[in-house]
Amino acid sequence: MTAELNKKPGLETLRAAISRLEGHSDRRRKMLPFGVREIDARLPGGGLALGALHEVAGGGNDALHSAAAGQFCAGIAARTRGKVLWIVTRQDVFAPSLKQVGLSARRTIYVEARSDVDVLACFEEGLRHGGLGAVVAEVARLSMTASRRLQLAAETSGSLGIAIRRWRRQTDAADFGQPTASVTRWRVSVLPSVSLPVPGVGRPRWLLELIRARAGECADFEVEACDAKGRLAPCSPIADRLSLPAALADRPDQEAAGQRRARA
Amino acid sequence: MVLSVDLAARKLGLRPGTPVAKAQALHPDLVLLDADPEGDRLGLEKLALWFQHRIAPIVAVDAPDGLVLDTTGADQLHGGELPMLKDMVHRMAGAGFRAKAVAADTWGAAHAIARYGRAPIAVVPPGEIAGTLADLPLEALRLPDTIIDGLATLGVSRIGPLAAMPRAPLALRFGPDVARRLDQAFGRMGEAIVPVRPVDPVEVSRNFAEPIGAAETIARYIGRLVPLLCQGLDERGQGVRRLDLLLHRVDSRTEAIRVAMAMPVRDVRRLTRLLCEKIETIDPGFGIERMVLIASLAEPMDRRQTVSSLIAEEEVDVSDLIDTLANRVGTQALYRFAPVESDLPERSFCRVPALASEETKDWPEHWPRPTRLLARPEPVQAMAELPDQPPLFFIWRGVRRKVKCADGPERVFGEWWKNDAELTIARDYFRVEDTSGERFWLYRAGDGEHGETGSQGWFLHGIFG
Repeated sequence: MTAELNKKPGLETLRAAISRLEGHSDRRRKMLPFGVREIDARLPGGGLALGALHEVAGGGNDALHSAAAGQFCAGIAARTRGKVLWIVTRQDVFAPSLKQVGLSARRTIYVEARSDVDVLACFEEGLRHGGLGAVVAEVARLSMTASRRLQLAAETSGSLGIAIRRWRRQTDAADFGQPTASVTRWRVSVLPSVSLPVPGVGRPRWLLELIRARAGECADFEVEACDAKGRLAPCSPIADRLSLPAALADRPDQEAAGQRRARA
Repeated sequence: MVLSVDLAARKLGLRPGTPVAKAQALHPDLVLLDADPEGDRLGLEKLALWFQHRIAPIVAVDAPDGLVLDTTGADQLHGGELPMLKDMVHRMAGAGFRAKAVAADTWGAAHAIARYGRAPIAVVPPGEIAGTLADLPLEALRLPDTIIDGLATLGVSRIGPLAAMPRAPLALRFGPDVARRLDQAFGRMGEAIVPVRPVDPVEVSRNFAEPIGAAETIARYIGRLVPLLCQGLDERGQGVRRLDLLLHRVDSRTEAIRVAMAMPVRDVRRLTRLLCEKIETIDPGFGIERMVLIASLAEPMDRRQTVSSLIAEEEVDVSDLIDTLANRVGTQALYRFAPVESDLPERSFCRVPALASEETKDWPEHWPRPTRLLARPEPVQAMAELPDQPPLFFIWRGVRRKVKCADGPERVFGEWWKNDAELTIARDYFRVEDTSGERFWLYRAGDGEHGETGSQGWFLHGIFG
């Protein structure tokens, strides 16, 4: 234990020296924690780095629809401040659903670009601006060069960039194996929802795979999907065993949402 | 002399050129109005300004009865040349004018075909001017009457034979005009369009002793003109909404760059950047000898009070980003969604401009909504108990999915106040989860009991995350 403590200052100076060499400024990177202990502990810095590019793709059929991946990103964007730019090539986002994870339609500006090239250009423009909370772009192909440009743009302005990788055909999804300059890479797959004691669909659950994290390790998490404020929740085994709906075993604002639903 | 007739008079057999006395003798109750060339010219100028506002920066009056536009680069913004012309004619018809519109490579050709061609709307493909012009009368060439009469004496009445005649005797007999007009119509000689100018705009210009052509040089001079313009705007307390940069080339053609802003702007850096991004779209030819920067649409700009640090954090202004993106992808591709009061999901939202004022309404949050809404509900095969049970299984895109649990029905009725046919229509929406955990939004067209409420078929409308 003492040895570890003694080692740490040296490690810190070394890290600082490396980051200076890499050209990062001295100011500390800001983080956006998920608020879920298991996930934040696995991410270097204790959260999703702002001023960086992140990649998210759907698993299985969701690689085509990106429904879970989209919801996951909307949840992240909802927890940032300022406007959100959402860049697509074909528009099929259903705005009321983003509202339900806390991303208001007043904050979200959509750009419908004609091609992937335009998407990347707008993406970079949005990241460079620096006044946006998050920039989300749905893009199929993301080359090393393109992602490096985006990463640099995000680093200089401090904006959060999320690339939703979305393909037209299932076979194209193999492209996700190619290396890019993004800081983290996630795959979101749907899991059966929390089972309820009554007929109905419970709170959705996702399998979050952290496929790549710069200066971190890969990990898998099972989580309950974003709530009305865009926060994830760990799958609670107690709630599962007792077959309690997540809404009841959860935080007060979930209860409020549950009541709203019950009133409806 | 009757100069112009309306549709009713044309039906009575009157034509321009008939002596007034004769026309009155034919139809004693004819309504005659004195010609007002000055008024016509002013009207045309107003119309030209309107076209400049709508279509392209370079618009001029083609007296006495026409307008000429340089639409290079502007047609893409209106969906192509033909739709653009249709839109122009349609708008003129809406204002009560019968107009003809022709797009051609040269002013001369477009002038001739618009006045003497048959079709009200025509696009002459590049390289086909000669063939199209050959059959038109000489009047189409914008020549003085004396020359036309003289040529008629020689037995020439069409452009085709005239173009085939040897030049030298023609020039000797009628002067240089014939050859000049022919060359202008066929595109062998350039013709400058001197655009109309909005009333009293803020405008700065610069002449070059040596023509410039390199992109960097153009960018440098844009960088010098913009501060002058902003100074001018500052004096008037205005900001610019639309900025035209006209580049006069040595061969007397004019190239134009147009940028539009969502809000009045007076920021030197921002305007310079927007203009410089478009440099690659212009063709400097043999060089540019004059640059004119016009604030063609300026609006009052009031200073905004900045938020002090005591109050909540300042909202970051993103209008500059919006302008940059809009000039790249087009204004209509940049939007927000706003709620519309409708229970039908596909009608529950509309697109509003990105910087539109924020609405106070919001969508109800009683029911979960899918992340992705299919553009068109896709029919699925399903088996369900009637009248209001969710399906037991369904087949979508060839995959059979067994339903594990479901929420619903959420009944949505047709909007009979919009469409009579929707009076009896109903839809029952279900959120279903299949055994693998994927969640879908299905609906049945109809209430499951009454045939008139819909086909009772099942459709997939959205996908949940």
